[in-house]
Amino acid sequence: MRILVCISNVPDTTSKITFSNDNTVFNSNGIQYIINPYDEIALSKAVELSEGGKGTVTVINVGDSSTEPTIRKALAIGADDAVRVNAQPRDAWFVANQIANYAKGENFDLILTGRESIDYNGAQVAALLGELLSLPSVSIAKKLDIQGTEATIDREIEGGKEVLTVSLPVVVGTAEGVAEPKIPNMRGIMGARTKPLQVIEPIEVKELSSISRYESPAPRSAVKLVDDVDQLVQLLHSEAKVI
Amino acid sequence: MAILVYIENTDGSLKKSAFEAASYAKAIADQLGDTVTALSIGNVDKSELEKLGKYGVSKVLDANQDKLKSFVNKAYASIIAAAAKQEDAKVVVLSNSFSGKGLGPRVAAKLDAGFADGAINLPTFNGESMEVKKTAFSNKAFATEVINSSVKVIAVNPNAFEVKEVGGTAEIVDFTPAIQDQDFNVMVKEIVRATDKVSLPEAEIVVSAGRGLKGPENWGMIEELAEVLGAATACSKPVSDAGWRPHSEHVGQTGIVVSPNLYIAIGISGAIQHLAGVSSSKTIVVINKDPEAPFFKVADYGIVGDAFEIVPKLTQAIKNIKNN
Ligand SMILES: Cc1cc2nc3c(=O)[nH]c(=O)nc-3n(C[C@H](O)[C@H](O)[C@H](O)COP(=O)(O)OP(=O)(O)OC[C@H]3O[C@@H](n4cnc5c(N)ncnc54)[C@H](O)[C@@H]3O)c2cc1C
Ligand SMILES: Nc1ncnc2c1ncn2[C@@H]1O[C@H](COP(=O)(O)O)[C@@H](O)[C@H]1O
Repeated sequence: MRILVCISNVPDTTSKITFSNDNTVFNSNGIQYIINPYDEIALSKAVELSEGGKGTVTVINVGDSSTEPTIRKALAIGADDAVRVNAQPRDAWFVANQIANYAKGENFDLILTGRESIDYNGAQVAALLGELLSLPSVSIAKKLDIQGTEATIDREIEGGKEVLTVSLPVVVGTAEGVAEPKIPNMRGIMGARTKPLQVIEPIEVKELSSISRYESPAPRSAVKLVDDVDQLVQLLHSEAKVI
Repeated sequence: MAILVYIENTDGSLKKSAFEAASYAKAIADQLGDTVTALSIGNVDKSELEKLGKYGVSKVLDANQDKLKSFVNKAYASIIAAAAKQEDAKVVVLSNSFSGKGLGPRVAAKLDAGFADGAINLPTFNGESMEVKKTAFSNKAFATEVINSSVKVIAVNPNAFEVKEVGGTAEIVDFTPAIQDQDFNVMVKEIVRATDKVSLPEAEIVVSAGRGLKGPENWGMIEELAEVLGAATACSKPVSDAGWRPHSEHVGQTGIVVSPNLYIAIGISGAIQHLAGVSSSKTIVVINKDPEAPFFKVADYGIVGDAFEIVPKLTQAIKNIKNN
């Protein structure tokens, strides 16, 4: 089984988010980058599925050379090889087109993404890859099992789940529950340095949308501390009007 | 020309987020001088679809074929795109629900449209160009997205736009687009739903608890409080990681994002990753025994004290006020 895992390089979850140039550009000064946590779940699942010679795992990232530490970390976790599409990831549409362009000639049995990237939170890439490659896709999977050429997937729905079966190849966006994140061991880290990392150039993609500016949320007014529950209930009822 | 809105149902009942999407589409139609056409896929009674008239929908396309009973995003996206073409829709609205996330990008790709995922306010139009605000960086920022393509697809976040009754009636029309077998590539074997529970992403009130509760055996009081409030229950990540609560209740940067009218956080410290999932709640109440807990910095109301003492009292006080 050949598995492709899409990896995005995102600000560490504790990052303070600020902007520069009149709020048009994310300020990456002092930001630590990590593998998007959901992609780590996807990768861990892929490694689990391929263990014992059952398959190979390729990771792909659309990004400039600054993302290579993140790619090496993915190799250390257990991917066999990596591809970097050498371009700034303009938006999900651009990213999905680059990945689809690479994947279309490669016959992957399974393409995994995270359910969403924690920076732009589009939750778009899995469904876009499905559309561009004319494959089935499940955007938010809570569980994924493969038996032969069939996948059984728990899809998240409001207040529950749907259990689906689908024939490979399929694109799956993974969420919590699909796998426990794997931590690279020393052997993995050493081995990662020499695993193949292929750099390919991007294709042209028509721009359909762009971000014109960012804002930070307005600070909330100071908390009102109350001493007892009756007072709280009164405030929620007559001031906030939420109960 | 019309604004097309895709309407979701659960077992034949229209979802709350579907009415929100309809109201949102109506507000856009008013700006542009268009009408609203809704599209329903699956088995929904005409009497249920007629309700949409009240929210400003003038026509409902009812795609109710046996094959379409369960959700398959590829097939549903084809039908939405076909409806958009038939109605010559320049704006297509859907809900940014779990199913919506699997549909929106596919619909946009089929229509060569720019896609605004997770809109939180009404768009503004300037000729061919449209601007709309969405959350980014896990609720730590907002981004204004500009779309210049001639067709635009917008997924509106649950709870971001209020349902508004405007009166009116909707004409229901059967919609039977050609459907292709190869679009039905996913089989739904089973649907598991906790029917007695309020769905977390759509809930207006969320009662959430963290590691301060010490163990799963103490969640009874959380569920009671949620019940008197008609609220959904949620938890912090370590709580679901430890298996005290299911993963589907975990809110935050790596969990579900919620924006209810009221979020009550009990025994949760307020780590930045947790706040990312809840900070767009309209009112936040924090109950924590540590006055220095970071959650108090983003709360509207707070009680410093022991949850085991406060929560049962709070449940009683709310019962009292509801009975009066
Ligand atoms: C990559 C990454 C992603 C993450 N994503 C998420 C996420 O999506 N969601 C999330 O929640 N976390 C997330 N976390 C974890 C986050 O950093 C915190 O560790 C977590 O939110 C803490 O959970 P907690 O508040 O329940 O527990 P704690 O931090 O242990 O806080 C418990 C609180 O309970 C209070 N308390 C104790 N006893 C009582 C009592 N009797 N009465 C009242 N109060 C009491 C304490 O004062 C304390 O404030 C993530 C972390 C990382 C590294
Ligand atoms: N620049 C990128 N390179 C590779 N994969 C990406 C990139 N951006 C996003 N992805 C993948 O797409 C998923 C969803 O991202 P998004 O649609 O941006 O929320 C992520 O979890 C990744 O798996």
